[in-house]
Amino acid sequence: MHEQQTATAEVPEVKNPVESLLRMDRMPHIWCPGCGIGTTVNCFARALEQSKVDLDKTAIVSGIGCTGRVAGYLNLDSFHTTHGRAIPFATGLKLANPDLKIVVYSGDGDLFAIGGNHFIHAARRNVDMTVICVNNLIYGMTGGQVAPTTPVTAKGTTYPYGSYDPPFNLPFLADSSGAVYVARWTVYHVHHVTKAIKEAILHRGFSFVEIISPCPTLYSRRNRLGDGLDQMKFYQENSEIRHGANTKDVDIDFQKKIIVGKFVERERKTYRQLMNEHLTSVFGEQYTKYEG
Amino acid sequence: MKAEKNAVLTGAHFIDGDHAACEGAIAAGCKFVAGYPITPSTEVIERIALRFPLVGGVFIQMEDEIASSIAIQGAVWAGKKAMTVTSGPGFSLMMEHIGYAAITETPCVFINVQRSGPSTGLPTLPAQADMMQARWGSHGDYEVIAIVPNSPQECFDLTIRAFNLAEEYRVPVLVMMDECVGHMTEKVVIPEADQIDIVERKFTKKPPGEYKMFETNESMVPEMIKVGDGYRMHLTGLTHDERGYPAMSPKVQQKMLRRLVDKILLNEEKIRHIEEDEVEGADIVVISYGITSRVVLPAIKKAREDGLKVGHIRLLTVWPFPEAYIRDLAKRVSAFVVPELNLGQIVHEVERCAAGHAVTRLVPHAGGAVHEPVDIYDAIKGVLEHA
Ligand SMILES: Cc1ncc(C[n+]2csc(CCOP(=O)(O)OP(=O)(O)O)c2C)c(N)n1
Ligand code: SF4
Ligand SMILES: [Mg+2]
Repeated sequence: MHEQQTATAEVPEVKNPVESLLRMDRMPHIWCPGCGIGTTVNCFARALEQSKVDLDKTAIVSGIGCTGRVAGYLNLDSFHTTHGRAIPFATGLKLANPDLKIVVYSGDGDLFAIGGNHFIHAARRNVDMTVICVNNLIYGMTGGQVAPTTPVTAKGTTYPYGSYDPPFNLPFLADSSGAVYVARWTVYHVHHVTKAIKEAILHRGFSFVEIISPCPTLYSRRNRLGDGLDQMKFYQENSEIRHGANTKDVDIDFQKKIIVGKFVERERKTYRQLMNEHLTSVFGEQYTKYEG
Repeated sequence: MKAEKNAVLTGAHFIDGDHAACEGAIAAGCKFVAGYPITPSTEVIERIALRFPLVGGVFIQMEDEIASSIAIQGAVWAGKKAMTVTSGPGFSLMMEHIGYAAITETPCVFINVQRSGPSTGLPTLPAQADMMQARWGSHGDYEVIAIVPNSPQECFDLTIRAFNLAEEYRVPVLVMMDECVGHMTEKVVIPEADQIDIVERKFTKKPPGEYKMFETNESMVPEMIKVGDGYRMHLTGLTHDERGYPAMSPKVQQKMLRRLVDKILLNEEKIRHIEEDEVEGADIVVISYGITSRVVLPAIKKAREDGLKVGHIRLLTVWPFPEAYIRDLAKRVSAFVVPELNLGQIVHEVERCAAGHAVTRLVPHAGGAVHEPVDIYDAIKGVLEHA
């Protein structure tokens, strides 16, 4: 929600099928009508259920932003940390208790501007966690400033004449930093999003799912792209599924084609596996394996 | 609780303050350290990296101090005792997460081996110029505990105390060493494990459903839980209510903040750690901490030989400041002399508490070396003359 807005969401009357995964005592949520974040949460909750992971051993960590509020609505051990620092917090959590499933859930600005350094290092180390980025191509929470994902020529309050600041291609960044699973979908592709999150959670190592999502309040309105529904139509008409695409080729231009799909799926030893194997080779029996 | 036997290197050692602080952390039960190299603190993490594989701990060299200072908090919520270690520039980067630890009541330890600043300053040379930053460096109101060793032995002893206080009050505890103490090599006696008192985390016995994250009784310190035990906790750096849920109201803010501050300030006397030398009947009292507390000794001795009644107070815990103690003492002495390796930090606290009852005189030093004792001697001699 834009900080200056009041919540307008209505309490749903029909029982939500993923209700047990939500903190219903915190509803209504703060997100604007037409915002894509809620849709991603719905997909996430279903993916969690389908993946059959032990929910008591699953922790979710968010940074700061509209997406950063996700952790607070999920009925899991949940952390709302500082801006950009969800990944290093999650790294500490995971290394200190390897039994936990860790999901980092945050926005594009949080994960790739202020938190970009942590992202590439956690991917390089292959810390076992899933990072879900809701990419609305903008800073929602602070009122529509450009992000390092904003396409060139799109307007944000800090680039009012259109951005000329070249954006990141997130799948390429994740791929080249060492992520073992990389997928991108839009909120239009709810089944694919759910499946991708499920696969990412079950894939050992640093996995990354980018979800392109509308921010009707700040991005779409300022760029005259209509409301949330218009954005969904745009995603429907302009997405091209290309599994296994070379991540170099999947950058996003303003209102052009969006390449979606599963781009990377590979195996690498995790940080803890490497640590345990190496230190065991050095110390043998003397080494207390760091299991939790 | 007593220390874990296999973690404690019982015996007499000839090691420096950085190494001793590392041993203190290990003896205290620290099992997670995240850090980023910076002189003059690096030896602490280097020794941690050497020692941890054999005592069941995990060390990770993070990409920066911002990451280090939040990774330790993740580890704490996973149930471990954790710390990070740094010096000036890295300490500056950690500030936001000192605030996060304060508002989330995450027990953790930060070691800052102080060097001269600002900025890169004198990387290999001492200062005590981060004392106010330790107290006020993160935005907003909050309280921390800051303790200041003056020898390798105390780096060991007080690092254990830091971990214990962190658990007792659920607060970030800062061990404010300095380059001299960090790099000074002396005898350090490490006792038997069963002679070392350890404060364990107070995990709640309440089942999920009955437990509230920030509910407190008279102790003002809520009980803790850890991730993975079925509590489905929520932790946020936003102002929060007893459940830990964000609550954007001045009323909740007042209640939360009041307790965060009171749990430390109202326990100041319990946390207080002071060494007194000939304070009763003294006319002039030197107040010192850290390496400076050793440099003042010849000056005090000489002034006493001149017939002056000079007392000495050494602050081993600087924050919370022993306000009531200094206020009381100020009424019984004529002057305070405060030498510090900075251009005036803790002297402001002394002056505030003296409240005009006693003259307060700073003996400043820009850092890079310790004081010449003669400068302190001159200040003691002169303090009443120019009053
Ligand atoms: C250290 C710090 N700097 C700046 C902010 C202000 N801030 C809050 S959220 C945010 C950007 C969020 O953008 P994004 O991660 O894309 O999340 P969205 O709101 O779009 O979901 C910023 C700059 C902050 N909270 N902390
Ligand atoms: S991302 Fe945009 S639409 Fe969604 S809640 Fe934030 S401001 Fe509103
Ligand atoms: Mg965004």
